[in-house]
Amino acid sequence: MSLINYASREINCKLVYYGPGLGGKTTNLEYIYEKVAPTAKGKLISLATETERTLFFDFLPVDLGTIRGFKTRFHLYTVPGQVYYNASRKLILKGVDGVVFVADSQVERMEANLEAMQNLYDNMVQHGYDLTRLPFVIQYNKRDLPNAAPIRELQESLNPGWPIEDPAKHRPVPDPDRPGEFLVYEQDGVWIERVPSFEGVAVQGVGVFDTLRTISKRVLKALG
Amino acid sequence: MLDQLLRDTGARTALMVERSGQMLATVGEVPRFDHVAFASLTAADFSANDQLARMLGENEFGALFHQGERESLYLADVARRVILVVLFDTSTTLGLVKLRVRGAVTDLTALFEELFARQDPSPQVEAGFLGDAEDEIDRLFGA
Repeated sequence: MSLINYASREINCKLVYYGPGLGGKTTNLEYIYEKVAPTAKGKLISLATETERTLFFDFLPVDLGTIRGFKTRFHLYTVPGQVYYNASRKLILKGVDGVVFVADSQVERMEANLEAMQNLYDNMVQHGYDLTRLPFVIQYNKRDLPNAAPIRELQESLNPGWPIEDPAKHRPVPDPDRPGEFLVYEQDGVWIERVPSFEGVAVQGVGVFDTLRTISKRVLKALG
Repeated sequence: MLDQLLRDTGARTALMVERSGQMLATVGEVPRFDHVAFASLTAADFSANDQLARMLGENEFGALFHQGERESLYLADVARRVILVVLFDTSTTLGLVKLRVRGAVTDLTALFEELFARQDPSPQVEAGFLGDAEDEIDRLFGA
């Protein structure tokens, strides 16, 4: 949960990059670290194995500066992608304000994507968080690879949406990032909400800041 | 309270870190390290050790000690929400730090529990914050 410290007038928000192993979570943070102005970023810390696989987490603080008297900062974390580090994954989700799921677009990685998504839901539930109510976006990474699955298939599998019960929200909401598509829409008499999604090639920086911008805004909006 | 703890122990710095990895307060000598990174690593350290404790059938390890050649850290849980970190060198002893921290933790736990009890569960920021923040996000992360 975002920490608003009125005494020191600081707002700190925790964003977690989640997803299957070797999907590009750390690459997202490395690109952000490389491109964000030096005055706005802290140290990039990686707790990784000798082969550069994330062991515990990567961490990058990004300062938004002082807004209306509040020093506003995002803490970006990645989790280990490999399933046998699940205990660490779960720990990193504690106090999360927003989640980015970095999916690997390669057809061969579909099962790993689904497994990681299910694991994300399970770990969130164990913390008592509801992923359908928390700022959440998906990035389909590695779009440049020839074996990348079609976006439509990835969306159907990883971003099928959930039914909206509140009738006040039963109105179409266009997806600002996907012309002609909707984040809220009616299907067979049921209103469905999907999360925003982005196509990425994280090694080249494609989609990295689109993803970060959207999750950051959603997290701050959730502050009220 | 933390100033008193430093005087009683001869420790150099006391820090309060929220369990999700955010620094709440620093008292005493200003540390030379990156305090944002330090807070994040402290929280991760404590959380990982909590899990180890559970594997042993313990609820938690209420305190942790990391010994260096010159500098050492003593970390203690406060109200399951905050971690008190005391940074000390060879001019004092672990025994004294442990003893005084135990008393400080009791007082701090009472203080934080009272604070949490009266805290507004959904604190609000002032109107206009969101618009300004979105502009800054666009500027920093490229519109």
